[in-house]
Amino acid sequence: MSGAFVKSLALHLGVIALLAVLGFVLPAYHRDVVSRVLLLGVFAMGYNLLFGYTGLLSLGHAMFFSAGLYGAGLAVYHLGWTAPTAFAAGLACGALLALCVGALALRTTGVAFMIVTMMFAQVFYLATLYFGAWTRGDEGIVLQPAQRTIEFAGLHFNPTDPMTRYGAALLLLSVVLLITLAIVRSPHGCVLVAIRENEERTKMLGYNTFTNKLASVVASGVISAAAGAAYALLFGYVGSTFASVQYSILPLLWVLLGGASTTLGPLIGTLLMYYLVDLSSSLLARAFPDWNLSHIGVVGLALILLVLFFPKGILGTIRERWLKWLP
Amino acid sequence: MPFGPHLLLATLEGLVSSAVLALTALGLSLVFGVMRVVNVAHGEFFMIGAIVAWWVASLFGGHPAAGFVAALVISPLFVGAIAFASERLVLRRLNYNPEATIVATIGLLYLLQQAALSFYGPEARPVEAPFNYRILLPWFGYSGYKLFVILAAVVLLFLTWLVLTRTRIGLVMRATQFDRETAQAFGIPVERVYAGVFAMGAMLAAVAAVLIVPISQAHYLMGQDPLLLSFIVVIIGGLGSLRGTLVAALLIGMSDGIVSMFFSPTLAKMLATGAVALVLVFRPQGLFGTAVR
Amino acid sequence: MAAVKPLLIARNLCRNFGGLKAVDMVDFSLTSGEVRAIIGPNGAGKTTFVSLIAGRIAPSSGVIGFDGRDITHLPAHQRVRLGIAYTFQITSVFANLSVHDNVALAVQRTHQDGRGRGARKAGIDAALAKVGLTDRRDAAAGALAYGHQRLLEIAMGLALKPRLLILDEPTQGLSDGEIENFIGLIGELRREATILLIEHNMDVVMKLADRITVLDAGRVLAEGTPQQIRDDAKVQAAYLGAAHA
Repeated sequence: MSGAFVKSLALHLGVIALLAVLGFVLPAYHRDVVSRVLLLGVFAMGYNLLFGYTGLLSLGHAMFFSAGLYGAGLAVYHLGWTAPTAFAAGLACGALLALCVGALALRTTGVAFMIVTMMFAQVFYLATLYFGAWTRGDEGIVLQPAQRTIEFAGLHFNPTDPMTRYGAALLLLSVVLLITLAIVRSPHGCVLVAIRENEERTKMLGYNTFTNKLASVVASGVISAAAGAAYALLFGYVGSTFASVQYSILPLLWVLLGGASTTLGPLIGTLLMYYLVDLSSSLLARAFPDWNLSHIGVVGLALILLVLFFPKGILGTIRERWLKWLP
Repeated sequence: MPFGPHLLLATLEGLVSSAVLALTALGLSLVFGVMRVVNVAHGEFFMIGAIVAWWVASLFGGHPAAGFVAALVISPLFVGAIAFASERLVLRRLNYNPEATIVATIGLLYLLQQAALSFYGPEARPVEAPFNYRILLPWFGYSGYKLFVILAAVVLLFLTWLVLTRTRIGLVMRATQFDRETAQAFGIPVERVYAGVFAMGAMLAAVAAVLIVPISQAHYLMGQDPLLLSFIVVIIGGLGSLRGTLVAALLIGMSDGIVSMFFSPTLAKMLATGAVALVLVFRPQGLFGTAVR
Repeated sequence: MAAVKPLLIARNLCRNFGGLKAVDMVDFSLTSGEVRAIIGPNGAGKTTFVSLIAGRIAPSSGVIGFDGRDITHLPAHQRVRLGIAYTFQITSVFANLSVHDNVALAVQRTHQDGRGRGARKAGIDAALAKVGLTDRRDAAAGALAYGHQRLLEIAMGLALKPRLLILDEPTQGLSDGEIENFIGLIGELRREATILLIEHNMDVVMKLADRITVLDAGRVLAEGTPQQIRDDAKVQAAYLGAAHA
């Protein structure tokens, strides 16, 4: 077993190192894209914890991402908090929301759970519009760079500097990646998988499946909120679009593509899908300019093809066929 | 306008919403009741129904009634065909697995939106009502067409109820809903029933859209609200219960109309969405559905 | 016999499904160290009864006590922690996980005090060895032959180190050789746990059970030693006459 652990750890550290190198090597445009992708990858990892490992399909994770986004963003905009405390505020909002939603939604299972999470997320989205006086709704809030700088040990970090931004995103991703690795290898992680595979059997082995599932919802919500809070602080924009149902569907898509219940799958899925959408949109727009071809068609097709032919995703298939030790 | 007549106006508007909503939600309810799948693309069937209606109406130069009647026939058939194809090509291959079906229908939702965007465009376009008759009440004039919509919906709901309860096809559907394995043992071609029900659900949404499109406009994003409201109706009314769907549609349509008129539409939606989530959590069988065994 | 405090008691236990009385005013008690068999025709309520004890379903009325505690309203997972283990009538293992991982989940449950990986490995190995699945430890549980899946169920039950082990039709689908092994296994297990088993195989019941409870239509028809049950006229009429002796 420890052989597999060493391999896993080496792989993860290798990926982090590779991403660090890319930060220096990539041209400016792509480095910015990857900064964004890294944060969305964190979001996808949070989603994967609940969906891939615990087997609970939520259609409302946009609300957790947005809890972090708005928690941090509004703290900076209205309360004048500095970036680190605003980040903590975002995390706290995510945790609180996940606790409340989890306590209610976990009373349901399967399809009902999907619908309930979708509905709660919709209420959250409508709330961001309804309380537009504070949130500026669709239009959103722009956070000035001065508000988002971090003072740390006498050093001054400016988030508009692309290298700082990339570094911060990579830092968050690394921390979350290693945390997820630790969780899935822990006894708690094994219980989550057991719950996914056969919940009644897990109960009859003496596990309190409700508290385990709730813990997973909260962890998933906090990680998603961390991504949202970081997004607000690094990119300086907070808007209702991030709370819309689209941002609940995208993490599902990214995780399915990369491989649900693998630790690195979400990141790969996010990266691939982002570039796929980007490339195809511009290609199609050039080839068929009158047809209004946008990413929604690509996303739709991808979802259907994935779920029909490729449900294990990239890393999932790799794990099944060749690398059985992949976490 | 004084309060009383304002309320009457809101009530009439609410009835129109309820009528269209009842038809749309019934389609969703049938699909879930018989096939046990949640079709997230249901709103897009509604939207395509409206867009096809616009297209058919634009083909008929003369009296708008001709185009309207043609649309009433052609649009459901078109949408039904799309639904049938989706069921055969995708849903059946997934073996109606609940999670996979939801993901697949989300994909279908996006594809249909893209199709509408490509073939129809991002604009909202109006469709002329088949007739323009204004009924003059002491306080305000009201569109005769809207009253026609209510009437038409009631007739269609009644016809659907007849089919479900009085015909062999309806019996076959209800048998499959009640116990799939036993139905199969009795020689009922469950796969064909599923395809038929899925198409029928889509067609009901399309008809509702044809009725409503002269009042609102055809737009490629118009499926989102009907989807959400249909969900709410089906969940509150109880999945698979016809009576529940009707009562819930009336409740939701009326309250949405009234609350939207007197308060903010956003608030109305918030309350409705929150309510349905709580109903699912605490009383999953809805108002009329039977508790899950 | 001196009055020994029973390990498990049920009083006036009832469970209704709509109009059907699946378990109807059952009084039951088990002494520690006993091997008790529950027999009865199909539909007698045997699985419902043990499911009430294990906590899988809630009683309509009545009381259940375990080791002096009232567990009537205790959720299933807490009853497992108190020492009641249940193996499923329809095999319910983690099909996609390996045999090793299946048992590991059970062992992990009993090692919550943070003992190291060594103790856990020892526990898993011991459980697998007892049922004879050691050389299949890496196979996917769902790919096992039916008989071996039943053994895996038992291994998981054992690994919980229960005080009361409830076995629901454990020999169903096993070959004669496997059944012989099973009888030997229970012979060893009874030294560590009280055993309650539902069985249709009279051979197994007669060889293993200290006492037998016969259920029919939700009620206790008779209770006694194997000899007493064999000679009981009511039982013969309701059940033994039709089944193979």
